[in-house]
Amino acid sequence: MPHIALPRTETDTAWRDAARGLLARGVPPEEVTWSRGDAAQDLFATPPEAVAPARSTIKVPRDFVDLARTVVWHSDPERFARLYAVLWRLRHEKGLMEDRGDAGLAKLRAMEKAVRRDRHKMTAFVRFREIGAPDAARRRFAAWFEPTHHTLEPTAPFFARRFADMDWMIATPDLTAIFEGGQLGFAEGQPKPDIPEDATEELWGTYFRNIFNPARLKIGAMTSEMPKKYWKNLPEARHIPEMIAGAEPRARAMQDAAPTLPPLRAAKITERLAAPGVPRPMADDLDQLKAEENACTRCPLYETATQAVPGIGPRDADLMVVGEQPGDQEDLAGRPFVGPAGQMFNRIAKEAGIDRAQAFVTNAVKHFKFTPRGKRRIHQNPNAGEIKACRFWLTSEIELIRPRLILSMGGTAAESLTGSRKGILARRGSIEATEDGVPVFLTVHPSYLLRLPDPALREAETDKFRADLRAAQAHLEALRTA
Amino acid sequence: MNTMTTHSLERKLAILSDAARYDASCASSGTSRRDSKDGKGLGSTEGSGICHAYAPDGRCISLLKILMTNFCIFDCAYCVNRVSSNTERARFTVDEVVTLTLEFYRRNYIEGLFLSSGIIQSPDRTMEDMVRIARKLREEENFRGYIHLKTIPEASPELIEQAGLYADRVSINVEMPTDASVTQYAPEKKPDTIRRAMADVRLRKEASKDRSHTGRRPARFAPAGQSTQMIIGADGSSDATILGQSTRLYSSYGLKRVYYSAFSPIPDATAKLPLIKPPLMREHRLYQADWLMRFYGFDAGEITAGTDGNLDLSIDPKLAWALRNRHAFPVDPMRADRETLLRVPGFGARTVQRIIDTRRHRRLRWDDLARMGANMKNARPFVTLADWTPGALLDSPDLAARFAPRPEQLSLF
Repeated sequence: MPHIALPRTETDTAWRDAARGLLARGVPPEEVTWSRGDAAQDLFATPPEAVAPARSTIKVPRDFVDLARTVVWHSDPERFARLYAVLWRLRHEKGLMEDRGDAGLAKLRAMEKAVRRDRHKMTAFVRFREIGAPDAARRRFAAWFEPTHHTLEPTAPFFARRFADMDWMIATPDLTAIFEGGQLGFAEGQPKPDIPEDATEELWGTYFRNIFNPARLKIGAMTSEMPKKYWKNLPEARHIPEMIAGAEPRARAMQDAAPTLPPLRAAKITERLAAPGVPRPMADDLDQLKAEENACTRCPLYETATQAVPGIGPRDADLMVVGEQPGDQEDLAGRPFVGPAGQMFNRIAKEAGIDRAQAFVTNAVKHFKFTPRGKRRIHQNPNAGEIKACRFWLTSEIELIRPRLILSMGGTAAESLTGSRKGILARRGSIEATEDGVPVFLTVHPSYLLRLPDPALREAETDKFRADLRAAQAHLEALRTA
Repeated sequence: MNTMTTHSLERKLAILSDAARYDASCASSGTSRRDSKDGKGLGSTEGSGICHAYAPDGRCISLLKILMTNFCIFDCAYCVNRVSSNTERARFTVDEVVTLTLEFYRRNYIEGLFLSSGIIQSPDRTMEDMVRIARKLREEENFRGYIHLKTIPEASPELIEQAGLYADRVSINVEMPTDASVTQYAPEKKPDTIRRAMADVRLRKEASKDRSHTGRRPARFAPAGQSTQMIIGADGSSDATILGQSTRLYSSYGLKRVYYSAFSPIPDATAKLPLIKPPLMREHRLYQADWLMRFYGFDAGEITAGTDGNLDLSIDPKLAWALRNRHAFPVDPMRADRETLLRVPGFGARTVQRIIDTRRHRRLRWDDLARMGANMKNARPFVTLADWTPGALLDSPDLAARFAPRPEQLSLF
């Protein structure tokens, strides 16, 4: 009966090589025994050389390789045999690794989980103490740790990646990891060495005691993640009993304490903050208007949007372009016409001979209306009430800019400017007027083009939109010369 | 006021960690992978974060979470550091924070630094000092561990941009679930300023992903994204309001997390906001609901529909939803689609994936589901299997009562 004695380091590759050899020779699981390190040698064991790695042609699923690579570090003496038993089954059971309910695999998966957890806890709970001079060119640290499984070897590279500019040693009963001058090596395990306490541990204890909130005692939540078996090697754990004992009285004292008088300086500071600051000189009334739009609460949209998005453009623009409302990007940036529809407008306007930089661009509604869906916001049309509430701001902008012509894009702009959004497709290209008599050239909103799924239709509609913009530009030029 | 200069480092650390404990986040995950194998620096980040210790409040300690100073010119009623509080004040120097971070890190106590601050003199002045600390850690000390900066929304956008260049994560707290509550309890804070700052962070992060026309990638900006926190139970907002606000925040600013922090007693509280026992169970249920919204396809409306606007404290929100929607059950795990499976109480996202993987090969039985990690105590009435049918159990009038925890003798304290 073959016995495989695996080495104490590089156990993972040794198991893999041995298992490959056994499998190639068709040795069934019940005929093999396994051990690690210098465990009592089976007198009838075959020397390991006899099962030296053989190139096997058997394909093993990647999932099993990962599973085995982790499970070999478990402390259960049965782990090697259990792994080999599953490997044996994999010869004929193709979908085995995908079967999450298989009882034989469930045991291995539980072991895998235990090893993962043990490794993770090692990365968390190893505590280094400085053993060299703090001003040395290369500082030296040492730690003592007691893992549940044989997890030092697979975990040591983590410490090498993290603490590469210092020398360190992690001693465990089973194995010692030594990192010196950038090289990681392993030596025999050892009994707990005497590593003198490090002054920084005092500060760490101070932090641990003070970051704790005594009003939220949840001892079970602590011990489930930081089981007591680790406490003896954690310098902060010595404070825990006192922290627990003092928690309730401290919380109660806070609640019972009568409110105190604020310190004298408080009133002065609060007063200074509340005082209206030195009024900044306004470039012109447009800045004032922007500030007021941002403070608007005339409809509930301000509660959910990021900010009001006021119009932008030269104070003396003779063309004003009015869209519907800011979209996702406009809401974030605080500037109109920067999202996909705005970019499309810019492109087509340029083709139609409109100088966007010379136009004042704005929206009929100043806040973004949307429905949240996961990580995105779905645009929603503003309702009549919201359009009406916001008309105040649009009218104010028109009064300030006094454009010769307004280009109204889409139903919402039409509703706000002319009082009706009906039949916009029939009205496009025509010129109407605001209540105050400013001419309004009507067209569709560029987002309408973006929504058309049929490329041919979209192209045709884009042409129409461009023609509208050309006509608007021509009309503007006629108004200029009039 | 100048007494702070006489504080020892240990005393400062005590004051400024005590003042930082009300920030719930201690996450150190989800940032870019880094290490110091080149031997020229210190630290690494590898995807998942590490909790290096747990305090008896059950909270993970992953980062050195401190305030740069707890002097503050604002007067937020819920905050221990408000200007009108008589709490002891202290201030770290830049070097002190840098040294503490590095020395703690070298001993494997922490994953990095979470730096927050009271507002001294002006928001810009405060933010400048915080950025200076992060810059020194990164550029002079070659620190490659995790840095989380709590940015000050009133600070100038240029400073927030710099913060994002050095930090893995930046956060801005919305503080309260509604604008009205912010105005009431944090009179110097402006909800729209906070929102604009979050929008700015999202835009900068998005811009940092776009390659320029030369194909050069711009400097990365806060690779672990942004998060926020709101205090629960200090104002009268219902859970429906809170979850609605979270939904909007997630959809608007690409937040990694919204943290809910149960309003907890503070020393020297103000008469404006009487202290309560922190609503820890409510906080827990809100986190569960938040999870349902982000990973299980629920929306806030469904979670609170049919309630008085607040989550049931005795059972988890998914089970509560299933009990209110029994017409959608029982579900057959052999046939149901992923969306439906995710709604079965007792099935987590991983269990659902395992069900889908395994059912391609064979019929599922009760023991299989148990081995896949399903909580069968919760799933029992809601599933049919080859060897199990809930029968009348699903419609039994006392089903809800079976899940409610047994009455307990209340503690006298």
